[in-house]
Amino acid sequence: MLSYVLRRLMQSLLILVGVSLFTFVLLYLVPADPARQIAGRSATAQTVENIREQLGLNLPFYQQYARYLLALVQGDLGRSYLQKTEVSELIASRLPATLLLMAGSIFCELLLGITMGLVAAVRRNTTTDTTLMVLSFTGVSSPQFVVGILLLYIFAVQLGWFPIGGYGTFMHLVLPSITMGILGAGWYTRMMRSAMIDVLRQDFIRTARAKGLGRVQVLFGHAVPNALLPIVAMIGIDIGLFMSGIVVVESVFGWPGIGQLAWQAIQRVDIPIIMGVTLVSACAIVLGNFLADLIAPLIDPRIKLR
Amino acid sequence: MKSRFLTGVAAAALLTAAFALPAAADDIKQGGSMIVTYKDDVSTLDPAIGYDWQNWSMIKSLFDGLMDYEPGTTNLMKDLAEDYTISDDGQTFTFTLRKGVTFHNGRELTAEDVKYSLERVSNPKTQSPGAGFFGSIKGFDAVASGDTETLEGVTVVDPYTVKIELSRPDATFLHVMAINFSSIVPKEEVEKWGDDFGKHPVGSGAFSLEEWTLGQRLVFKRNESYWRDGLPKLDEITFEVGQEPVVALLRLQRGEVDIPGDGIPPAKFLEVTKDPQYKDLIIEGGQLQTGYVTMNVKRPPFDKLEVRKAVNMAINKDRIVRIINGRAVPANQPLPPSMPGYDKDYQGYPFDPEAAKALLTEAGLGDGFETELYVYNTDPNPRIAQSIQADLANIGIKAELKTLAQANVIAAGGEPDQAPMIWSGGMAWIADFPDPSNFYGPILGCSGAVKGGWNWSWYCNEELDKLATEADSMTDPAMKAEREELWRKIFISVMDDAAWAPIFNEQRFTMRSERLGGPDAIFVDPVHIPVNYDYVWAKDVQ
Amino acid sequence: MAVDVKPEVIRTAVQTGGTSAPESRQPGVLRRLMKRKLAVLALVSIVCIVGAAVLAPLVAPFDPSEQFFEGLTLEGAPLPPGEHFWLGTDLLGRDLLSRLIYGARTSLIIGLVANGIAVAVGALVGILAGFFRGWVETVLMRFTDLMMAFPALLLAITLAALFRPSLWIVAMVIAMVNWVQMARVVYTETRSLSEREFILAERAIGAGTFRILFKHILPHLVSSILVFGTLGISTTVLLEATLSYLGIGVQPPTPSWGNIIFENQTYFTSAPWLVFIPGFAIIALALSFNLLGDALREELDPTQKGRH
Repeated sequence: MLSYVLRRLMQSLLILVGVSLFTFVLLYLVPADPARQIAGRSATAQTVENIREQLGLNLPFYQQYARYLLALVQGDLGRSYLQKTEVSELIASRLPATLLLMAGSIFCELLLGITMGLVAAVRRNTTTDTTLMVLSFTGVSSPQFVVGILLLYIFAVQLGWFPIGGYGTFMHLVLPSITMGILGAGWYTRMMRSAMIDVLRQDFIRTARAKGLGRVQVLFGHAVPNALLPIVAMIGIDIGLFMSGIVVVESVFGWPGIGQLAWQAIQRVDIPIIMGVTLVSACAIVLGNFLADLIAPLIDPRIKLR
Repeated sequence: MKSRFLTGVAAAALLTAAFALPAAADDIKQGGSMIVTYKDDVSTLDPAIGYDWQNWSMIKSLFDGLMDYEPGTTNLMKDLAEDYTISDDGQTFTFTLRKGVTFHNGRELTAEDVKYSLERVSNPKTQSPGAGFFGSIKGFDAVASGDTETLEGVTVVDPYTVKIELSRPDATFLHVMAINFSSIVPKEEVEKWGDDFGKHPVGSGAFSLEEWTLGQRLVFKRNESYWRDGLPKLDEITFEVGQEPVVALLRLQRGEVDIPGDGIPPAKFLEVTKDPQYKDLIIEGGQLQTGYVTMNVKRPPFDKLEVRKAVNMAINKDRIVRIINGRAVPANQPLPPSMPGYDKDYQGYPFDPEAAKALLTEAGLGDGFETELYVYNTDPNPRIAQSIQADLANIGIKAELKTLAQANVIAAGGEPDQAPMIWSGGMAWIADFPDPSNFYGPILGCSGAVKGGWNWSWYCNEELDKLATEADSMTDPAMKAEREELWRKIFISVMDDAAWAPIFNEQRFTMRSERLGGPDAIFVDPVHIPVNYDYVWAKDVQ
Repeated sequence: MAVDVKPEVIRTAVQTGGTSAPESRQPGVLRRLMKRKLAVLALVSIVCIVGAAVLAPLVAPFDPSEQFFEGLTLEGAPLPPGEHFWLGTDLLGRDLLSRLIYGARTSLIIGLVANGIAVAVGALVGILAGFFRGWVETVLMRFTDLMMAFPALLLAITLAALFRPSLWIVAMVIAMVNWVQMARVVYTETRSLSEREFILAERAIGAGTFRILFKHILPHLVSSILVFGTLGISTTVLLEATLSYLGIGVQPPTPSWGNIIFENQTYFTSAPWLVFIPGFAIIALALSFNLLGDALREELDPTQKGRH
């Protein structure tokens, strides 16, 4: 077990180095010249040259990358070209908002997904089941920006139940969380349904029924807990999906998280921020996958960690 | 949606006449607060570095310079300078400072601080985007090249007198002393915070920074010991960032916001302007801005004058103005109407697709040609570009659109062989100060037609450059009219060469909540863009 | 954004149970699909959208790029759905219905091209890694892991912002982030296939590598590739829409459903039809491909060894 964990950690580290190299290469190829951007439109050629030198942008590629890695090891993500702030500080200041949104959306997708999946499994092969399945597919097929704008239009602008975007109170959290949650809820509904059907077929459920336990007791006492585990593992794997989603959803709702930070940085080609957010997201994804793998044997004893 | 990163001072003379400080200004009680929103995050409040739409007037409220403009106008006035004298040759300026002005940290501001601030902004280590403005100060080149850190031309005569010598006559120098980059900063605070001074600004302005939550909000508090009596009016200003302009306006309608910093967005424009409820709350102002299409004169087929003229005549500017709901006036020359030097009598190129086609035939391109039009990818710019594209298609020019991030468009414009045409919207030139010279050098002069420059037409007419230098040497106020006349001639010559197709001059429309008071002009202040915060007052504390 | 194949650990952990459990496999798939109402509905809507896209010049009432003078009010506001312009006009006075119909072309072309590339690359990588094992497997699968660690949308945005966008670049970008899932599915299947007895037997009698690959492995992968290929179209359509929505997709004036929304999004309070009609079109198309893919999977693969 310990050696497995160590090996996986090493692998993860390598993957992260790979991600950093790949992103660095991509951003190196960007046609925009950071030095000119910093210098602004009134700058002299001399100023631009000075800036280029100060940032080490005149160095060959491998040296620039080496400098970046070296700083990274010391926890330094560099300074934003346009925000003039430490990237780590920018990310740290926006991370709480993203984590809050993450909690909200996980809550929404679990609530919706588990309930719908449960009902669908119990009412298997009925109209209810089919309807729920189509609904879950609709969730999976809806672009988040359409859902977001629609919810905003109906519940904030027309009905006035919620604030029109922004951050701060519980009410602010509701619409973005639902928007983020709908996609995941689609998946979880399907997963919960198949997991439940699977569990309900198994011997221990029959035993429980035979012992004369009530339907509700069997369902919630035995079946649901067993069906939940894979879903918990899925959350770890879904981090990637989440990291993609925040870019869009945070823009739609004006949510001050790292997704909005990334999008603004991409629009302005603020390279250190793009690098920083990509690395942080990659860390989260790698970590999520790692945790999911650790949980896997609990779900299915046949799986051995090798 | 319009982001004006790289925005300088816009200016409007439209409201100049209408504006006067209320006679009873002193009767207005101080107190109260307001909420202002912006879409983009505030990057820095370091006056040597800030160059955005959002931070421009924030910096003006936190810091003071030697000169400033009368609120709501483009008329220069003395700020920290109690008085100044100009030598006969126009190359030596001597400023006397106000006594008793203190920084937010309590220390008195002296001539040493002026010298330090000018040297700091000129120093390449500061990486100031405005360093170039100080090029006329004697000894600037030595500082810019890193040989020394002392500006030879700036001398501290006594604690309240500073003398600035120029290496050449510069008619715009007093304007330069009024832009944000020449704000006075305290050395000890700059050194204390280092690179983070922009997050912990300390100045001598009407407000001081109280709180800054990155990516969310900033709070300004009234500077109790501000040297101007009775100012500022408000106790507190809260800036909320990351708010889409449409959202900001909806919130204003609900009474949650007092000023949408990005103005009224196109999407809400018709709705609110038609609503009688908001009639008195909507404020219109001009700005010293021109939206234009550049054509790279170094590359065929735009090296042919006929082709450039044809493009000028093919574009239906009235239609474009209609697409943006009449929030602009069609333009026929580079200078905006309220800029000194604007030629009222110039007719420009008429909209005449037939004549345009004839010109193309004359140039041997009767069958048209293919080209590319680069555009910044935020609304309404892609729409405007599509309208231009359709107009060009009418005379046989097939222009493919390239809608890109702003930085990429700017980068493409700065390469000699990349962008044949660029629509300037969203990156358009807004004057740094209300003087025509600012509309020439970087965007139409030879000095801007270099790799990484802003002269995206690559238009370089050495004769006009000479005239421009001549105009800027006319420092004698008595020669003002003559100087304007010379500039007029320069810009009309540019149009004779059809280096640009000017499209429109944008108008600014903004709104304020019912609870705010103050002259209309300060809400669309041409210099304290977008709002002159110092003079806004709250009705609920009167 | 949507179809995300989870690592095989989880997939094996979660056993399945379909809405119906067909016993037999191959023949008459289409006929059996026809018995499923949802699948038929999905097929019909796909056929309609494809038909409209192919026949766009005949079906569309107007030229999609024509900026009608009467398509805007005098103040420059777009027209709501009405008699002349059935679905209203956009902010430039162009007919929304015509733009939607031509936009279907863009969305489908990208859906097919990008997904085609993703399927081809993914399948190739998966087969090679799963069949040859050893260093080929290590190199390919570690690279796949690397790609999985990228937040897909962030990568796509960065790529799209890097290259000057055009229809083909957008398709390539989408393919680049989407092949990974296919690679993992095919890899897992190939690996388990190549350990099966009949393959080992073939090897024992000295059959050539290519013979084994094409005669024995590939045919077994067809159903998975078909299922995931179909589901992938929906992912691709959504990703294209998202990129266009962020303003880095297909270049105007070429309409795509995503860039129609992008161009009009700030008007969602004053001209909601400009945002929600194309929005529902995207949902309808993606939903159809998802339903079809799901039905295919149930028909082709009773154990549902695919997702989850």
